[in-house]
Amino acid sequence: MSNEELNEEMKELLKQSIAPVKDGELRRDLWPQMLAKLEEQPAPVDAIPWFDWALAALAGAALLFFPGIIPALFYHL
Amino acid sequence: MELLERFAAGDLEAFEVLFRQHQREVYAWIVRIVRDTGIAEDLTMETFWRIYKYRARFEPDGNFRAWARRIGTNAALDHLRHARHETPLPEDFPCSPGADPAVRREARDQIRNAFHELPAKYRLVATLALVEEESYSNIAKAVGISAALVKIRVFRAVRMLRKKLKSLGVEVHVK
Repeated sequence: MSNEELNEEMKELLKQSIAPVKDGELRRDLWPQMLAKLEEQPAPVDAIPWFDWALAALAGAALLFFPGIIPALFYHL
Repeated sequence: MELLERFAAGDLEAFEVLFRQHQREVYAWIVRIVRDTGIAEDLTMETFWRIYKYRARFEPDGNFRAWARRIGTNAALDHLRHARHETPLPEDFPCSPGADPAVRREARDQIRNAFHELPAKYRLVATLALVEEESYSNIAKAVGISAALVKIRVFRAVRMLRKKLKSLGVEVHVK
């Protein structure tokens, strides 16, 4: 059985157990709540934080010194 | 100054306009992932809070709609990761009314449980691709990965589900 056939088979099985969301309509305006949240907890302007750069540098160094982890990384993506 | 430029510069009125323009679409996308209206509302707010927080990263000539959907998808994914072992299965979107009567209720519950136990990143793509029948390319754009990787994740999710269901003794073949 091909991957596509397996997917189709599982799709049919799932359809019998989990219905697609038919009514995805938002029933109210969320702006008043959003405004209250912003007033209560102002969102700071956030540029790329320093630890993101540190993490990227660490990952880059790991890939450079241990290229053997690249296939494992791809597998887990 | 254009609306998106004003938003990126931190203009709250511009943000309100964008919020009102896109809240329904963001909610409609998120509710299809988390399948709970209350949680979807909270995550819509969380999405826009992140949008406002990260406004400096937004390119004013970029696609706000796609950016909002991607942030919303990440918020929903975070929720799936944290809620996986904490919340019961949502009940407000019940089983399909046209369900095959041969698939017994117990089997349906086992299928839903097995699906709920999938790792979050697999459940997200499987929900959108297999239950909501969203295209791989739309899912890829929302998740920020390639369509080929979406396809791989869907296949892995199917494989995990089959394995789990087989161990539970649930008949996988549909008639």
